[in-house]
This record gives sequence, structure tokens and C-alpha cells, in this order.
Amino acid sequence: MNMTSIVFKREFSSFFATPVAYVFIAIFLILSGIFSFFIGGLFERGQADLLPFFNFHPWLYLFLVPAIAMRSWSEERKSGTIELLMTLPITTWQATLGKFLAAWLVLGLALTLTFPLWLTVNYLGNPDNGIIIAAYLASWLMSGAFLAISMCMSALTKNQVVAFILAIVVCFLFVVSGSNIVLDAFQDWAPSVLLDTIASFSFLTHFESMAKGVLAANDVVYFLLVMATWLYAGLLIIEQKKAD
Amino acid sequence: MISVKNLSKSFGEFVAVDNLSFDIRPGDVVGFLGPNGAGKSTTMKMLTGFLNPSAGEIRVADMAIDQSAKQIQEKIGYLPEGAPAYGDMTPLQFLNFIAEVRGLKGEEKQKRIADVVAKVELHSVLDRPIENLSKGFKRRVGLAQAIIHDPDILIMDEPTDGLDPNQKHQVRELIRHLAKDKIVIISTHILEEVTAVCNRVMIIAQGKLLFDSTPDALLQKSRYYRAVSLRLSYSADITGLAELDGVADMQVEQESGQVTLFPEPGKEILHHVTEHVQRHKLPVDTLFIEQGRLDEVFREITQEGQR
Repeated sequence: MNMTSIVFKREFSSFFATPVAYVFIAIFLILSGIFSFFIGGLFERGQADLLPFFNFHPWLYLFLVPAIAMRSWSEERKSGTIELLMTLPITTWQATLGKFLAAWLVLGLALTLTFPLWLTVNYLGNPDNGIIIAAYLASWLMSGAFLAISMCMSALTKNQVVAFILAIVVCFLFVVSGSNIVLDAFQDWAPSVLLDTIASFSFLTHFESMAKGVLAANDVVYFLLVMATWLYAGLLIIEQKKAD
Repeated sequence: MISVKNLSKSFGEFVAVDNLSFDIRPGDVVGFLGPNGAGKSTTMKMLTGFLNPSAGEIRVADMAIDQSAKQIQEKIGYLPEGAPAYGDMTPLQFLNFIAEVRGLKGEEKQKRIADVVAKVELHSVLDRPIENLSKGFKRRVGLAQAIIHDPDILIMDEPTDGLDPNQKHQVRELIRHLAKDKIVIISTHILEEVTAVCNRVMIIAQGKLLFDSTPDALLQKSRYYRAVSLRLSYSADITGLAELDGVADMQVEQESGQVTLFPEPGKEILHHVTEHVQRHKLPVDTLFIEQGRLDEVFREITQEGQR
């Protein structure tokens, strides 16, 4: 069997051997319900779509993804199992990818379990299901970007709380970089090229169009690039720090 | 075959391993001895590819570790210090995971797992999470994962630490029964362990190799090597003993009244002593030949290195 899939299997079952996956999925479902119904006004809008549900995903992921990723490398380093893992014939890349895919699948599972919402809007009206599927895929893609950042932060420190906080901070920067609060700060002095660059880094901008059902190649590529870059950064960091 | 040349490792200013060179051949059971912080663990971490050396070269089975780390790691079974394992897994799940990484499949995998479980006696805890196991069981889980693929090279960092005497005995038996054409490297603080299982001793202190030979050669460095000790049932005149041919020195312990006669290097003194005892009808209770005292030699070698 391929090493990546062996690591993946171990990581995935470890999520379910501990309460991590159950707690994560439960909280995700409860919060996404609260957000879409009470804050997003899913019913009151009178439209058969899931936009209020998807609009809150960046903010949900901002706290929940760092929580599920904070242990990925920190715990290995703290408990010393990293020495075992790194002296097995598994490359760091295979280990990173296995860990990432396992956590990403848990995120996908949590997302899938929101299907009652989808059933509800189908029962109440005639939504465009193509848009909804595209938005689900977009949300999952974005969660992967959050995850790659959070795993990289987990590689930085043995302390899970520090990893959690660092991950939230970096993810927050990526979420808000396209919003007016940030852009206003640069507006007066920065050249427009820089302004556009900063705005283009925003998860929100890329996610918004996708949540409306437009799966544009540049948005998809953007999230894939973010994932690849941060996973690679995490790999370099863990190579450096494994023995500290 | 492991070949190490001019190996060094420093962490900032601190030099953990200082210019080590040695070769280890199949059949060698090597004991790394040394005080805490001597560089034993660091050396093992470099041999297993976990740490990169600051300088020097490591070759295992004719492959350089900086180029073929993964191929080398396939041949090595490694028990890191403290026997880390994934606490949320049970020993059975954990061994399954390691076996799969080691490329074992299907029936062969089950057979190997059953085999190592029997060897280190894990049956009773197979389905309990590792984090709930006692220190001794954790260590045995670590041992089991190290030998599951029957490696050519077995490297164990303090394999008997935290085990009770019975378990220690078991681990030593395990090492002794490994095939004769393998390389085994263990590190330990326990001096007797070296004479019990190793056929080669390396003493490392402050990153330097200070002694590299057989356990017997280590014992021979002791002042007590082949010294004759005796006890008398009541006090008698023993001054004559010190004058015997080949006796370099005599020492009397105040409390126990034990008399020890140290031989001149390479001299056998036992027959002279027994003759003398018979001739003067000394009331001897016990009489025995000392094997050499390792702790004394160890102290001498490692503290000499500090000066």
C-alpha cells in the first residue's frame, strides 16, 4: 500500500478514536444551523437557495479548522512520535499529505452532514441544485486552504494552543484581506497594483463568486495554490523543527 | 555494515557529537555506554536518519544516509528514547500501522504481528489504548514495532529503561536470540547489561569515543580484574598475603573484614593464595575471584575524558 494512504488511514481513524471528529462535526452542524437560520434568515428571505448558509462558512472555518488542525504536528512533536514517524520509510511529503487528506475528509464529512438543509430547501421550493453542489465544492475547497494554513502553524510549535491562535490570526488575515477595513488602510498610499494583489489574496472574494455557483478556473486554482504553498511551507518547517 | 566517519553534530555552540568514527559489522551487538548527555542518543538519531549530521559521513549497507535515507530506514528497526507511540491507538492497531508501513501484507502481516506479540508478551493489553498502559508495556510495544519486520539493523535507545527485573531479563533474552548476522546497537546506563548481551562496548562521553572493544577488555581495565577476595571467620595474621608472588596490593575493608588481593598486571595469583592459606591454616570462609568492577572502570574512563 502507498505510504500516503497508510498515514491517511491512521490519521483518519485517530480522529474518530478520540472525540475530536465527533465534537467537531457536532459543533459545525449546530453553528451552521444557527448562522443560517437565525442570523442569515434562511426562511425569512423567502428564496429557495442556501446562500445564507454558505456565506457564514469562512467565519465558521476561521475557528473550527484551526481547532481540528492544531494537533497535527504539535502533538507529534510533543509526544515524540515524530521521531518514530520520521525514521520509518515514509517521506515528510507523504506524511504531510496523509495528515492533510485525513483532516480534509473529516471537514468534507461535516459538510456532507448538512444535507438536511439541502433537503429542506428542496422541500420548500425549487432551488438550482447545480449551484448548491458547486457551492458545496467551493466550501470544501476553501476549508482545505484553511486547513493547509493551520497545519503549517501546527508545525511551528509544540504547543497546541499557540498553534491554534497563530492559525486563527493567519487565516483571519486571508479572510479579511479583501474587505474594506484592510483595503482602506492601504488606499491612500499604496499603488493600485499592491492594492489589487492584497485584495486578490482574500478568501472572501474568491469564495463569494463560487458560492453563487460560478466555479471559475481562477478561483479553483487560487485555493489549490494556497493549499500547495502552505503545505509545502509546513513541510519545510517540520523538516527544520522536527528534532527541537 | 555501518560505517561512520568523522561524524559531528553541534546544536549552536554545544557540541553533542565530536568527530566519531567507527565501523559496525553484522554479528556485532554494540552497547553504547556513557553518562547522560554524552551524545549516545544524538548518534543514534543520526544513524537512523532523524537528525542530519553537522559534519562527517554515515554509510549503511553501502548507501550514504543523506542520499538514500528511506532505503536505509527500511533496513532499520528503531526504538527511540522513551518508546514513543500513538497513545490513542491500541497496540494491535499500532502494530498493524507499523507493519503496513514496513510493507507487510495479508497473512504474512498477521503472522509477524502474532509473532512479535508473543515475543514481548503483549496479549493481555492488545485492545487497550496505549496511553493507558504502564511504562513497561509501552516499552514493549516500542520493542515490538522495532522488530516487526525482522530488520537487519536494530537500534534501541535504552530498551530496558523502566522495566522490572523480569522484563529486563526478557528483553535481554530477546536481543540474544536475534539472528547472529544482524547488527544490534543499544544504549544504556546499566553497566551489567553490556556484559550480559553485548559483544562490543563503546564508551562515549562529551561526544567523543573513549573506548571501543569487547566487554572483557573493559573488565580487564579494572583494578579488580582477577583479584582474589577472601573472608576470614575470625581474625588471623594475614600480613603474609601481601608479600605473595604477583600480588601488587592488598586492601582490607573495615566493615566486612573482606580482604582483597590485587594482582600485578597479567599475573595469576589464585594458586599462590590458596597455597598460603593452606600452609598457614587461615580460617577462610569464602574465597572468590573478582570479575572486575565496571562502575569503577566506567568512572575512570568517562571522568578522564572530562579532564
